[in-house]
Amino acid sequence: MEQFFQQLTNGLAVGGIYALIALGYTMVYGVMKLINFAHGDLFTWGGYLGLTLLTSFLLQDRLGVLAGVGVLALMVMGLVGLMGVLLERAAYRPLREAPRLSAVVSALGASIFLQNALMLLYGAQFQVYPDGILPQGSVDVFGLRIPVVRILVLLASLVMMAVLYLFVQKTKIGTAIRAAAIDQGAARLMGIDVNRVVSIVFLIGPALGGSAGLLVGLYYGQVNFTMGWVYGMKAFTAAILGGIGNIPGAMVGGLLLGVVEALGAAYLSIAWKDAIAFCVLILILIVRPTGLLGERVAEKV
Amino acid sequence: MPEPILEIRDLRVKYGNVEALHGVDLAVHPGEIVTILGANGAGKSTTLRAISGLLQPSAGEIRFEGRPAHTVPAHERVRLGIAQSPEGRRVFGTLTVRENLLLGAFTRKDKPGIADSLAFVYRLFPVLQQRRDQLAGTLSGGEQQMLAIGRALMARPRVLLLDEPSLGLAPLLVKAIFHAIREVNQTTGLTVLLVEQNARAALKLAHRGYVMEVGRIVLHDSAQALAADPKVQSAYLGGRK
Repeated sequence: MEQFFQQLTNGLAVGGIYALIALGYTMVYGVMKLINFAHGDLFTWGGYLGLTLLTSFLLQDRLGVLAGVGVLALMVMGLVGLMGVLLERAAYRPLREAPRLSAVVSALGASIFLQNALMLLYGAQFQVYPDGILPQGSVDVFGLRIPVVRILVLLASLVMMAVLYLFVQKTKIGTAIRAAAIDQGAARLMGIDVNRVVSIVFLIGPALGGSAGLLVGLYYGQVNFTMGWVYGMKAFTAAILGGIGNIPGAMVGGLLLGVVEALGAAYLSIAWKDAIAFCVLILILIVRPTGLLGERVAEKV
Repeated sequence: MPEPILEIRDLRVKYGNVEALHGVDLAVHPGEIVTILGANGAGKSTTLRAISGLLQPSAGEIRFEGRPAHTVPAHERVRLGIAQSPEGRRVFGTLTVRENLLLGAFTRKDKPGIADSLAFVYRLFPVLQQRRDQLAGTLSGGEQQMLAIGRALMARPRVLLLDEPSLGLAPLLVKAIFHAIREVNQTTGLTVLLVEQNARAALKLAHRGYVMEVGRIVLHDSAQALAADPKVQSAYLGGRK
């Protein structure tokens, strides 16, 4: 039982990270009907920028741990969000009228570019986060010893998801994003500037992905320039699992995938961890291609 | 006659290399209901879509309140005062009725004014108020049409473009919707440009009409005169005297 709950909470923490990345895939897909294959690499950039900012400003020493890491997260999100906006301008907007495949190839090219840029800037070896940024101890939760880091990572991702959900559901711009995802032409007839919506989506998605990169650095203590590939694929799986284009779906899919993977690794074999995740992808594509929350409403015509 | 609020001169639109509109001229004056009649593929919807900016004209001019509007991007034409209820309704199916209506007021900042417009639309189409928290995709076709019109009205437009509001609806619903359009026109003086295949209903509602054939205006006159025209009768009104 102890092991089960340890793995469950670990799975939720990792799943929260997957969910944050998955949101970027799903939001971009929702509005553009494009899989941004460079998204995983923006996530990696978040991990690296976090490390650089951490070691150069030492905010955690100046402002205290929570405020320091909070400001750090905002800086990372702002920078990676800006990269997302620039990526869309450079790699996708010129191809708006081109066949879908051109944009996919452009996305793959952007992915290679971003990944190799990191390697050239930082080198190919693992980059290690300084020790002891977040509190190292464990706390007792219902008799379980849970590492504080794990709780903080899960909380951080849940808070960001909640803020995003409220933003998309309750604000005018959020409603405009949902409208543009349903029907861009009709959205323009409402006076919505679809280009602006696309820019906002490419700001928010990568910002969340970048924050996930920072969380990975803080949680595991190291980052690597290729880590965006596996995390990207997992998060993509999570987005499909929840129903691509569906924002709550990405959240549920991410958390679920994290838990399934953690439990599978614990009870089957750790070597099968990645295989389990991708078996989930294959299963969902066979059994329920629209995902868990996809296409809830049948349109009457 | 006062200055036209909306004027189109020699409008040409191409789909790829194929020209769909071969130089359309029309004018709509403030407070009028003007209808464009014509068969499938005559270019009626293309004309409306060019006016709202969803299509770029290849030549010609669209003037709104005396100023050129064809160079203005679609999303800014709403702010000028042009709102469209598109063909096929195109409501946002996974959004609620109320969210759909508020999106219609996307360009507006005046909160009390928006609340007034919402109340106005609810008075015009009470069923929308009953169903305000329902997802738009679950509405019946007639209700979706009311929503599409209500949504366009929420922009508080100077000109309302209606593309085939009767499409696929039962006669009773068509009557109700056309009645609502007349009511808005009479109470607020809203200018309406209506594209319809249901020529009989459209000519009853409109003050003036244009008849389109394969991308050209072939006839324009008062609605009464058009309804009495033998050519129009045989082509669009089922040939009845």
